[in-house]
Amino acid sequence: MNDTTMETGGTPALRSKIRARNFNFYYGKFHALKNINLDIPEKQVTAFIGPSGCGKSTLLRTFNRMYDLYPGQTSEGELLLDGQNILDKSTDVNKLRARVGMVFQKPTPFPMSIYDNIAFGVKLYERLPKSEMHDRVEWALRKAALWDEVKDKLSQNGLSLSGGQQQRLCIARAVAVRPEVVLLDEPTSALDPISTAKIEELVYELKTDYTIAIVTHNMQQAARVSDYTAYMYLGEMVEMDSTDIIFTNPKQKATEDYITGKFG
Amino acid sequence: MNSVTLPTNADRPHVRPLPTALQIQDLLFRLLTRGFAFLVLFILLGIVASLVIGSLPSIHAYGWRFITTETWDPVDNVFGALGPIVGTLVTSVIALVIGIPLSFGIAIFLTEQAPRWLRRPLGIAVELLAGIPSIIYGMWGLFVFAPVFAEKVEPRITAWLGPLPLIGPLFNGPPIGIGVLSAGLVLAVMIIPFIAAVTRDVFEVVPPMLKESAYGVGATTWEVVWNVVLPYTRVGVVGGVMLGLGRALGETMAVTFIIGNSHDLNISLLMPGTTISAALANEFTEAEGRLYTASLIELGLILFVITFVVLAISKLMLLQLAKKEGVRT
Repeated sequence: MNDTTMETGGTPALRSKIRARNFNFYYGKFHALKNINLDIPEKQVTAFIGPSGCGKSTLLRTFNRMYDLYPGQTSEGELLLDGQNILDKSTDVNKLRARVGMVFQKPTPFPMSIYDNIAFGVKLYERLPKSEMHDRVEWALRKAALWDEVKDKLSQNGLSLSGGQQQRLCIARAVAVRPEVVLLDEPTSALDPISTAKIEELVYELKTDYTIAIVTHNMQQAARVSDYTAYMYLGEMVEMDSTDIIFTNPKQKATEDYITGKFG
Repeated sequence: MNSVTLPTNADRPHVRPLPTALQIQDLLFRLLTRGFAFLVLFILLGIVASLVIGSLPSIHAYGWRFITTETWDPVDNVFGALGPIVGTLVTSVIALVIGIPLSFGIAIFLTEQAPRWLRRPLGIAVELLAGIPSIIYGMWGLFVFAPVFAEKVEPRITAWLGPLPLIGPLFNGPPIGIGVLSAGLVLAVMIIPFIAAVTRDVFEVVPPMLKESAYGVGATTWEVVWNVVLPYTRVGVVGGVMLGLGRALGETMAVTFIIGNSHDLNISLLMPGTTISAALANEFTEAEGRLYTASLIELGLILFVITFVVLAISKLMLLQLAKKEGVRT
């Protein structure tokens, strides 16, 4: 077990879900992520903070190999999900993405009904009879705290919902395929404060079942929702520790400057 | 009207008074643009009216028989347009059945899969294909395509598909190269660049984040394109298909070259036929007598109606699709 456990800031040993070892990433020739080493603990919320362009979104997008869609983006090193290197050529990226769900900066409902938005991903990997599919859709929408608001209009287009509801629909969609990890890339940056609060609550709820990695520009948000926080700068992992320590007693001067607003 | 009722700025000295010259200019501009817009409507109505008036003699003479019979006999002044009507529809359907999947494939490849360095040259090649004058397609069809098609392809089509029940008779016939199927195939090549270019353009405006979210739940390229990209772009895609269909329905020169120009209806797609525009191009110069001319004009009117109906059907189809996708409020 030693291989997959970690000690961080005096907290009890946690199993690490995602582990990066000497991980590098390039946009063409641009060296975007430099020698990243990190452990993302299972069933915890890990937040990534840092100034714009520091590579936190880039890092998140490597966890489900979203960068594969674009030519010229390459990676090297090791990126392990449950001990398996997902950078291996033999990795089935579609299956990987079903295990590692993602929610984006802006709500991106598919051009179909609310029900089908949820069922779409499920249908890709599971053949469920109608009643079970219905249960799954309800379960996912309940998980995303959206069920009560949409249960009477499941056949309406996903785009007819408000922005905050659309984003929760996207979270429900990611959750519906029962992934192991959920990646949130600034999920509240386009939302109003009330919707933001709802999503943050949701993140807190979801961590009982899922490992969550969240990129955020909002430091208060990182402090509120996360158990662990990683501070990145110019493609390097400056410091990662439990959120309490990062926000009260960071080891690096650079982290402290960023947290206290002296820089960034 | 507006220029008269606008409040003056005299009692608000801090507001710069709007010069009347500018007001007049704006009014003129508005009238001008409105005029342009109504001009289109006027021309359209004018064309319809002249077509209707021009075809009155044949409408009186034949009534509905004009579109239900296939005898086309200028000597005895008996005209039935079923042959060209069916020919127009069948060649267009063949063109779409073959052209749409190919065009979609091209568009998907160009937007989703092709490496960057290949996208531009291939895209330009597709656009160049659209720029080739139709007479060249006609010549190519008659001198290059038809002989090869007659020798290499048609005998095989007859051998493979001819014995099949139901659709078999469609593919039995002499391998002569020219005919309805050949015309449909050449039309397919002609409409591919239109549909492919439009489809590629609308595929390109799909937000990357939307596609990523579909990939993000584990969808393959095919599933993303079929379930997300196509529904998202369906108005543009249907528009592109309609553009292609419009060209297929109205295409004259290339079809005239290769379809064989026979008014006889034949179940076999390998036999010669004719389309409305091909018949018009072939016969207008030698049309003598009021009824002959009127019959040709009525053919034009029918083509116009077909185009209109096709457009209406496409709009209805879009509405139907939107309903299936769930109500937007």
